[in-house]
Amino acid sequence: MHDEVSSRGGDAPRSMRRRDLLRMIGATAGGAAMYQAMSSLGLATESPFRGTPTLQGAPRGASVLVLGAGIAGMVAAYELRQAGYKVQVLEYNHRPGGRNWSLRGGDRFTELGGFTQHCQFDDGLYLNPGPWRLPYHHHGILSYCRKLGVALEPFVQVNHNAYLHSADAFGGKPQRYREINADYRGHVAELLAKSTQQAKLDQSVSKEDQERLLESLREWGALDRQFAYARGETSSNRRGYDRDAGGGLSARPSPSTPLQLTDVLGSRLWQHLVAGEIYEFQTTLFQPVGGMGRIGEAFGRELEGVIRYGAKVTAIQQDDRGVTVAYEDADTPGTTHSANAQWCVCTIPLSILGQLPINVSPAMAEAIAAVPYAASVKVGLQFKRRFWEDDEQIYGGITYTDLPIANIGYPSTGFHSGGKGVLLGAYMWGQDAYEFTAMAPEERVRKAVDYGSRIHPQYREEFENGIAVGWHRSPFTLGCFGAWSDEMRERHYDNLCRMDGRIVLAGEHASYLPAWQEGAVTSALDAIERLHRRATGGMG
Amino acid sequence: MNRHTKHGACALACIAMLLVAGVAVAQSSDNAGHAGGKIAAANGEAVYRSICQGCHMPDAKGARGAGAYPALTGNPRLVSPQYMAAVILQGRRDMPSFKPAAEGEDRFLRDASLSDTQIADVINYIRTHFGNQYPDRISAEEVAAMHP
Repeated sequence: MHDEVSSRGGDAPRSMRRRDLLRMIGATAGGAAMYQAMSSLGLATESPFRGTPTLQGAPRGASVLVLGAGIAGMVAAYELRQAGYKVQVLEYNHRPGGRNWSLRGGDRFTELGGFTQHCQFDDGLYLNPGPWRLPYHHHGILSYCRKLGVALEPFVQVNHNAYLHSADAFGGKPQRYREINADYRGHVAELLAKSTQQAKLDQSVSKEDQERLLESLREWGALDRQFAYARGETSSNRRGYDRDAGGGLSARPSPSTPLQLTDVLGSRLWQHLVAGEIYEFQTTLFQPVGGMGRIGEAFGRELEGVIRYGAKVTAIQQDDRGVTVAYEDADTPGTTHSANAQWCVCTIPLSILGQLPINVSPAMAEAIAAVPYAASVKVGLQFKRRFWEDDEQIYGGITYTDLPIANIGYPSTGFHSGGKGVLLGAYMWGQDAYEFTAMAPEERVRKAVDYGSRIHPQYREEFENGIAVGWHRSPFTLGCFGAWSDEMRERHYDNLCRMDGRIVLAGEHASYLPAWQEGAVTSALDAIERLHRRATGGMG
Repeated sequence: MNRHTKHGACALACIAMLLVAGVAVAQSSDNAGHAGGKIAAANGEAVYRSICQGCHMPDAKGARGAGAYPALTGNPRLVSPQYMAAVILQGRRDMPSFKPAAEGEDRFLRDASLSDTQIADVINYIRTHFGNQYPDRISAEEVAAMHP
């Protein structure tokens, strides 16, 4: 990341101070580099959603078999029914939603290998093992929330009073986001102001702009009159006070002391400051009231009688008249049933579809087999009281740590409710997710409590029970989401999405928004519009 | 999901993610803090216990849901340690690659990466446990020579 910055600043004067400056800005450019990486994966791409389709005029008697009752499958089924198609949905689970899912008290989850967990959360508390937030620009999924009457509430992404934590920084003591944010910015602004005043920017910034730059740096970085980032009213108004202002005789505030630049840089906690500025995580974000699973449940009600639950697809065959799908009762394997229709929208994750006999073109078959599935783990922990609110004034938002748990997510709802609370005690990717997946569920929970207690010592006293989902152990996905690389996309993406005879694929894996529900929605709409064109005599 | 590259994305927001984003994530910047990458496991058994059994299960019998993870016991493909090395290095279908990260390679999701020695060790471990009794072994050098 620094290389990129250095090369950009290659013709700048190479004084020591300049290099320091560049190193600092490197932290910000690191965010840009990350953003770029995300863009190439499609992660920061705006949804192409332009309103739900108004498909009309399904040919008389036309039928569609939809495989999978996740978001993609149910969007497809919902719209195709509206258009007049006869629709049947086959779903492996005994519930609608797929990865759109909330675990609540009384739920049972058996993962691959037979490890069974019983969720013991109190009423109203839940864990979203899959998606947990909806960006405001994910128009597709939001439009279905509106259409299906799924109530939304704000999801708190950035909480200035939550923590940034590194085991190796500040003696392992968590720092408030507010303090790192203010101090990082303040020091960067001060350095840049000094460079400006020492005429180091004369070559690239006009005199007139230097005045404006200084003025803006003072404001942006909370600098004092001498352009210093220092202890006082101005900096405390960003980073917080040792003692807050009050009324009466205890009114007088006491300012706090900024951290040293070298400590802020050395902590690497600055790497979390861009999180809320990334397109997908910018305010406003939403969550369904009562858990993300409310969306899948609402679709399920809408499609009552259309979805056959507990159906494990075992083969998909098409010919010039239609598509025949063989499936077993997931609970009593052995007896094969068969369903058929003129067309098929298949939303089965590639991790599973790649194991099924299906007669599609070699190009599509290769695409299906090309995409590995990412690891991810989430752990929900119930505590006797909402100590993060009572003791630490953390209302929603996320604490970031370099411990394997990576995140602690605080509930964005039920503030001051007085009862128990459930935290997202771990949200892991990559290596840590593999390692946690390989543990027995109760071991994952125990470790999440151990690690989390280094940030919140109250864990020890207040923990009650927990539940842990490692996505590679999920019987209905065998992984978290399709982890496309740029090279794979180049070679296979179009072949995956192109309609093959009477079969078209949809799901987050057939989108440039991997792992996001918006990818599932927009891929389903794109797929059924092409299917409809084909079915009504046009080219798909 | 969001966050997230060579091995993709985000947050189940999932990701949404993720990155992871995800994730982002990415969902995602959600895991920016963790310098992941190399598995610490010191020998073949430790590698198996900390990674492989997540899917292939503690008894190596695999698992079956809507799809299946193959058993690593009584599986005729184990006759070839080179085949196993190729699968671990390159990944196969939904199974991700565990190849050693290239110099300076910043895998977006910081997916797990094994050294050639760890790959050789875990292959040799699997082929001599869980009822498997293959006498031949693969070396780290042979694995290194197979890098894609």
